Amino acid sequence: MRFQTGGASFLAVDRVSFDLERGEALGLIGESGSGKTTIALSLLRLLPAGAQLSGRVELSGEDLLGLDPDALARIRGRRIAMVFHDPLAALNPVLSIGTQIAEAVRAHQSIDRRRARTAAVGLLRTVGLPAENADRYAHQLSGGMRQRALIAMSLACRPEILVADEPTSALDPIAQVGILELLRGLREERGVSLLLATHDLGTAARLCSRLAVLYAGRIVESGATSELLASPRHPYTLGLLRSLPPPLGSSGPVRLEPVAGSAPPPWERPDGCRFRNRCPRAQDDCSKREPELIEIDGRQLACFHPVETQ
Amino acid sequence: MNVPLLQVEDLCVDRGGLRVLDRISFALHEGETLGIVGASGSGKSTLARAVLRLLEPADGRVRWRGRDLRALSERELRATRREMQIVFQDPATSLDPRMTVFAILAEPLLVHRLERGHAIEQRILALLREVDLGPEVLYRHPHELSGGQAQRVALARALAPSPALLVADEAFSAVDVSLQAQMANLLGELRRTASIACLFISHDLRFTAVLCDRIAVLSRGAIVEIAEAAALVRAPRHEVTRALIAAAQESGIQRR
Repeated sequence: MRFQTGGASFLAVDRVSFDLERGEALGLIGESGSGKTTIALSLLRLLPAGAQLSGRVELSGEDLLGLDPDALARIRGRRIAMVFHDPLAALNPVLSIGTQIAEAVRAHQSIDRRRARTAAVGLLRTVGLPAENADRYAHQLSGGMRQRALIAMSLACRPEILVADEPTSALDPIAQVGILELLRGLREERGVSLLLATHDLGTAARLCSRLAVLYAGRIVESGATSELLASPRHPYTLGLLRSLPPPLGSSGPVRLEPVAGSAPPPWERPDGCRFRNRCPRAQDDCSKREPELIEIDGRQLACFHPVETQ
Repeated sequence: MNVPLLQVEDLCVDRGGLRVLDRISFALHEGETLGIVGASGSGKSTLARAVLRLLEPADGRVRWRGRDLRALSERELRATRREMQIVFQDPATSLDPRMTVFAILAEPLLVHRLERGHAIEQRILALLREVDLGPEVLYRHPHELSGGQAQRVALARALAPSPALLVADEAFSAVDVSLQAQMANLLGELRRTASIACLFISHDLRFTAVLCDRIAVLSRGAIVEIAEAAALVRAPRHEVTRALIAAAQESGIQRR
């Protein structure tokens, strides 16, 4: 994926490949600027004008990037739906929650207003919001309730895949737990596949059975969540885990061990391995070639000098 | 004990006819870090603004080195403001998009007449080093920085006038864990070396517990519990504290 900005262009996301199985939850982990939102948006071709997209996005074997607008409109919402991180920006402030959700229902199904309204109330109940919230407006709801309302709307057409971009990062921890439980329930009870884009390793680990770690527009490591956390092989993945604060209540003075430096913006990524400037394991060859993402011990890894297995 | 750096007494703030902060009282001493945690809407950010007198309280007072902020003259308030700095959550909205990093960092030095001529440049480079940025970012605009770099610049700007108090309002909530951890370590160092006091506002109890000497739990605009960080986590007394701890523990994957 390439972005054109003025005269310059840069690769925001570079040769990213992944599969999402039916009923699976995959976490795309990355810091701001790593390309996770770009990936989420490109699945539905929601990128701004000027973005060039190459590669393929296949849904049950059909390439979405080749679809005409009408065909694409039938996919959006109906087969793949999106939940954004800022529900206040995504909800219409002058329509009641119920009206908005009913509108989403009617956009995809030919039913009358009354039945759409009933469906909207049903969707609100699904996400744990009592019926009276249908008559409320976005500003009358708490952050967690707004995110639930947005998820209710995204469920209006029973999508097979829910793409959620930082669905919990704007919420306090108590609301976060609720939204995660809701998403987990949707996957387990309705078989909805989840693609969760987040910078929060903890959130992703709770929800997803597989994780893909993005760094500077590429996947550097991916695999089963439990294995990745137990034995990270890419130095960046290890660095992320070492940056986490210790569990509450652990005693003694704490000095965290973060990855040094910061990620480069997309237009000045180094040659060779993109992580090498920050990497404690980097050697000469890391600057000469870029490591490809290859299959090692049941996971995918792009590193010449991976962390030893423990 | 000495006069606290910051003393908040029965502070009340009204908004739209509602009391959003209700009789908040606490003291912060030099070099001390106080965490303010609470759910969204509990009044954390309002508290930050009221302490800095970015909004007017309905009642109560804020004392800075023992003196009521409202009793200060314009000139004194200005000098006091140099000593109180804030870092907001989103650098995209807190950095002026038309200014270069150099200009962003030079502004507080010029406004407060702290440095002149070549010394400005030296000071700016030192600030960048402090937040782990190189001289290559000097002539960039905020949109030419990564999110992490931009937040470092926001922190460097806050540190530029050598404040005595740093207010971090969810400053590290939207950045990735490695930057969060770097910032946590940096704040720890600043506290030791420069004796900066910090009001650390966050919804992340785990980071707050690592960083802070004491933690105040805010709920519906009131402090429901305030205690030493370790004691608060070990033996929470209020149900809101317990709920926050439970939520933080659930999100706990083990560090390595």
